[in-house]
Amino acid sequence: MSESPSRAAPYGQGSSANLADILERVLDKGIVIAGDIQINLLDIELLTIKLRLLVASVDKAKEMGIDWWEHDPALSSRASDGSRSLADENKRLRAEVEALREGTELPPAEDAESRQARQLDSVTPHASRGEWAGTGTRGTRRDEA
Amino acid sequence: MTEAVTYAYAVARDDDGTLETELSGLPGVADAPVRLVRAGQDDDVVVAVSPVPAQDFREEALRAHLEDMDWLETVARAHHRVIEALAVRATVLPLRLATVYLDEERVRLMLKDSREAFSTQLSEMTGLVEWGVKIYVEDPPAAEGPAAPSAEAGLSPGRAYLSHRSAQRHAREDAYREAEQVSRDVEAAARRHAVARVQHRPQQGELARGPGENVVNDAYLVPQQAADGFCTDVLRTADGAPGVRVEATGPWAPYSFATSLDTEPVKRATP
Repeated sequence: MSESPSRAAPYGQGSSANLADILERVLDKGIVIAGDIQINLLDIELLTIKLRLLVASVDKAKEMGIDWWEHDPALSSRASDGSRSLADENKRLRAEVEALREGTELPPAEDAESRQARQLDSVTPHASRGEWAGTGTRGTRRDEA
Repeated sequence: MTEAVTYAYAVARDDDGTLETELSGLPGVADAPVRLVRAGQDDDVVVAVSPVPAQDFREEALRAHLEDMDWLETVARAHHRVIEALAVRATVLPLRLATVYLDEERVRLMLKDSREAFSTQLSEMTGLVEWGVKIYVEDPPAAEGPAAPSAEAGLSPGRAYLSHRSAQRHAREDAYREAEQVSRDVEAAARRHAVARVQHRPQQGELARGPGENVVNDAYLVPQQAADGFCTDVLRTADGAPGVRVEATGPWAPYSFATSLDTEPVKRATP
């Protein structure tokens, strides 16, 4: 079989490739065959957990609501859960708005204030972002980073 | 004098017998030269290997080393370097990091046992490359319109704060909504070129390189000749979506699509 010309082109990103991209491939992907030197499964599991803390934590992703693929009917049979997490998100945000209102003892409505109140009401999520719902820790995570 | 064991990088198809020259001068893990092991003399299915010090790759030592980020990075990059060099010339099935045998003869026995299965997978991967696609929600701009507290003259500090928070939240939620749309567009664009997809976890740990928050981290298997179109179409999805960034990385050897021999082959997406 003849080589296509593009085969000779520079391949991949070489040494500049992002370490996270490399690690998630060399440690988590590729063919697993039993070599003679065995690292026992528990160690691999521990290593994988540590790697995920470094690279990508699936639990954290879910906790932050980044699980939209699970709600996509084309990708998952569990798609019906989507509306539930939207409702949760809605409830949570409404509670937060209430807490903010009480905490600052809003003065009686004037023109500026009623505009302000409307703005607060609209903090509740737009219906179409349901798949991204459940974002309780998103704000705090950024602070840790 | 150090005892050596054999590190295996990948299985490859050496179509014309020139693959070993491609690897000459390329340092493997532990900087040793990389060689090819064959099941039979002129067999085209090969395993790329190099000697590594036994003292570093015995079970105990390996376990300790894997905890060491610097060691892990060095080995991971060397492993990847060899696989990339192979992939320039050949179809490659990457092996998991730190697949180690006592000697080359043990690798040959393994290859003999699994040669047909490897050959089948190599045929499936011929002419295909992996591309990574990541979608980021970028951090909202620091000061945006009426959101800046300084623009809230006349409001009490508490109200100004609320107003600011509210506007920030709006900007963020708009960006997530945009990202959701972009992810659908990416999928549709990618489907026109790619033959398979796997989803990696979004990168959010300390190694994740921003800026912004990674919300989608997928790998697509793309015919080599379709790679340009794939990248163009996928990257175009972010046009007109402020606050959302799409990145494509590749071509990669098909790390995410080379499957273990005792599991099902990668399912191809329906066209």
